[in-house]
Amino acid sequence: MTVKDFAEQSGLRVLNLADNAGELLIRQAYCCDLLSIAMTKVPEGAAWVTVMSNINTLAVASLTEAACVIVAENAATDSDFIEKAKAQGITVFHTEQPVFDAALLVHEGLRAESGL
Amino acid sequence: MNDTIKLTYTVTTEDFTRAGEASGDVKRKLKKMGSSPEVVRKVAIAMYEGEINMVIHANGGTIDVEITPEEILMVLQDSGPGIADIDKAMQAGYSTAPDRVRALGFGAGMGLPNMKQYSDEMKVETELGVGTKVTMKVFQT
Repeated sequence: MTVKDFAEQSGLRVLNLADNAGELLIRQAYCCDLLSIAMTKVPEGAAWVTVMSNINTLAVASLTEAACVIVAENAATDSDFIEKAKAQGITVFHTEQPVFDAALLVHEGLRAESGL
Repeated sequence: MNDTIKLTYTVTTEDFTRAGEASGDVKRKLKKMGSSPEVVRKVAIAMYEGEINMVIHANGGTIDVEITPEEILMVLQDSGPGIADIDKAMQAGYSTAPDRVRALGFGAGMGLPNMKQYSDEMKVETELGVGTKVTMKVFQT
């Protein structure tokens, strides 16, 4: 499932759609808010669900090569955050859904794709 | 013939907006040079942790990076307060980071432990009131 596919299927609000969203594959969902942990644990190609929506989240997403970031629980984002996402080429979604539900959405998208 | 690439980065002030740029730049360069994904990830994590530490604790500093076909050497130097108890600082979970840093998702006491875990060699030299120098190596093979 590409990031663009997920954007279309999930209906989540898109704060930034990266140029490579049509090619970049989401491989799994990952949830963590503590950046100190996330920076060593976010798997490559993860759709990373978090309520931590400061620019360091994007630095960690870039570092770990996450496929996209999903800001859950309607966590506040500001213009610096969105500008940084654009500059770094990271797709960012925003939703009022809780972390678990947002991750489940990713998981169900991947499961539907695999035909299981 | 010179196979060594030398890079210097200045990590400035206590704002977090640029933290991650130096490690991001090194990461891009290593990828372009064909380092293995594991090496790239190790260097990026170790160096990003170092950058964040400098921003949180020392109002910035400098990072010198030397890349050779054999290894990546990172020397992080700051003029911060120094580390009072290095054994404690090396323990996962021990942190002296202020609340405002914790609110950003850091300060879990994982900094130096992560740096040690993701580098192949690490040396910390610190003096109270003078600063801290962290030398890390990641081997290419």
